[in-house]
Amino acid sequence: MDLKEKLVSSFMAFEDTVDVHSPIHDIRTEAIKTFENEGFPSKREEDWKYTSLNSVLKHDYSVFPKHENALEFKDINKYFIHEIDAYKIIFIDGKYSSHLSQTTHDGLDVCLMSSALNKPKYRLIIENYFNKIAPKNGLSSLNTAFSAEGAYIHVPKNKLVEKPIQIIHFSTGNEAALMLQPRNLIVVDENSHVQIIERHQSLTDNPVLTNSVTEIFANKRAIVDYYKIQNDNENASLIDNTFVNQKQESHAKVHTFSFGGKLIRNNLNFYQNGERIDSTMKGITIIGNKQHVDHNTLVHHIEPNCESHQDYKGIFTDSSTGVFNGKVVVEKLAQKTNAFQSNNNILLSDKASINTKPQLEIFADDVKCSHGCTIGQLDDSALFYLRSRGIPEKEARALLMFAFSNNVLDSVRIPEIKNRITKIIANKLGVNIGFDL
Amino acid sequence: MLKINNLHASVDDKGILRGINLEVKPGEIHAIMGPNGSGKSTLASVIAGKEEYEVTEGTILLEGDDIEELSAEERAHKGIFLSFQYPIEIPGVSVTNFMKTAINETRKAKGLEDMPAKDMLKMIREKSELLEIDRKFLSRSLNEGFSGGEKKRNEIFQMAMLEPKLAILDETDSGLDIDALRIVANGVNKLKSKDNAVIVITHYQRLLDHIVPDFVHVLHNGKIVKSGGKELAHELEAKGYDWIKEEANA
Repeated sequence: MDLKEKLVSSFMAFEDTVDVHSPIHDIRTEAIKTFENEGFPSKREEDWKYTSLNSVLKHDYSVFPKHENALEFKDINKYFIHEIDAYKIIFIDGKYSSHLSQTTHDGLDVCLMSSALNKPKYRLIIENYFNKIAPKNGLSSLNTAFSAEGAYIHVPKNKLVEKPIQIIHFSTGNEAALMLQPRNLIVVDENSHVQIIERHQSLTDNPVLTNSVTEIFANKRAIVDYYKIQNDNENASLIDNTFVNQKQESHAKVHTFSFGGKLIRNNLNFYQNGERIDSTMKGITIIGNKQHVDHNTLVHHIEPNCESHQDYKGIFTDSSTGVFNGKVVVEKLAQKTNAFQSNNNILLSDKASINTKPQLEIFADDVKCSHGCTIGQLDDSALFYLRSRGIPEKEARALLMFAFSNNVLDSVRIPEIKNRITKIIANKLGVNIGFDL
Repeated sequence: MLKINNLHASVDDKGILRGINLEVKPGEIHAIMGPNGSGKSTLASVIAGKEEYEVTEGTILLEGDDIEELSAEERAHKGIFLSFQYPIEIPGVSVTNFMKTAINETRKAKGLEDMPAKDMLKMIREKSELLEIDRKFLSRSLNEGFSGGEKKRNEIFQMAMLEPKLAILDETDSGLDIDALRIVANGVNKLKSKDNAVIVITHYQRLLDHIVPDFVHVLHNGKIVKSGGKELAHELEAKGYDWIKEEANA
């Protein structure tokens, strides 16, 4: 039985574990039908031309978590940005860990999707926002069908949430192979500001496949900063589906730092429903061995006077492969749009490759849209320059690679995240130098 | 300090240096002059350890040790410094951090601890004053958007920070206006001591009015064809290089 059949046939059993009277029962039922029709995407689809899921779909995954597993904080402390005071929503093998989490209902809701789906007081939000922007394709529908747990964040209006929120999914390896489908809903009301850090961490070499869906609603003048730290071990794969709906004058930024994992696919879509919206997506990808990272972005400019900024840097060594597919749609109404996109890559080995494809569909006539992509190597003369000053080759290379990508960090508002990312990069590049540039 | 014997070097199998002999003692300033394409910059790069150049014959000894097998960074650790004719722009690396990394990596190679931040800052302040460098300049990306003069001043600033035994200044005067030239020359003169040595590579005599050499060598076709005192530089300035070429070819 392949994974698709297994998932479809598990659905009934899954429904038994959750409340069938839940307001989303019909949505789930509809979604499993869509998944049954669509299945997993294949390379025949244009958007999946350079990313094959075959190697990650072949495992016999446990498709919904049965056991409650526990972890001690001291063993996983290093995966937190522990230098800062933060709300925490922590999952172990897909189950919420109240022991490790720090949630709140004091002035805002930072809690669980399972409670939001079941408690009447959240009903209105769920009705208004749940599954409203996730596209009805195979992967998102699969997640919707099995959506039971994840992070639920609702920030009411005029609230500056000072503490960032860390969402971390751990997998313990207690299952031989585990598939996780977290479902997050984040609603940020008028004039509010929230910062979120998301991470997926597998603690053993057992294969893990995560198919995550996050819906983010940035209402009028809201500010949302979202940081994704993708540094999982090399048997864990992640399909991240993140959809952002923005209202007028809101600012949403998503930073994606991809260093670990076997296969990562980031589907990141922004929908601009209002004027003077700013959407920013940035990423640093540094991978090696046979790792694969695919960034698939979409910005939908629907109304006038909005901006979007995309800046993705990639460094690929060994036999690693990268994909960048950035689509910008500017509707006829969306005059005075400023849309910028850039994707710069360095290939460090003959076997590494990157497929980069900007896609601009512009129907308005008074807009500024630019895109640029580059693929190059490290500059030998720059390398010699650094080495002639006494910086050893490995460190000189690392310094050049960091310098190549570090402007992505300029827009990171939390210094501790910046520090953590630079440490991960130094570690990834095998050097012990500070990049406090 | 530096002893070069019968040095031949080539790039892509094309011979550029064809038997250079040169001895530089501590406390000395040597000028190497010569027409374009004579091999001046190649000589500088070969001493500094640029990998594209292959030494096919001869030896380079630094304080008696053959350095041919050493990498560029190892030569730097031994005290060789090359001021680049065209300093490379490196966006994303600030001058300060670059120097910090360079100094601490050099210390690491010598088995020393990192320089304490306080000492580093003090040193940066002193050396930047020596070269009349604005502090704001130090937080900018290395050479990015620097004027020609700023780039060269920055090279000498690096030299001041690294305190090399042997500094090779490759066409440091090119692209400098007279004020910048004076600042750079002044910096080099202040850094000069009886224990270190400088090789000045230049096309023109004007830098040598400010950094006065003990010896002047003329390079032509990959060989030193004439050596003399500082008056040789004046003669070249007056008469050009043709007579040297004729003499060499005779």
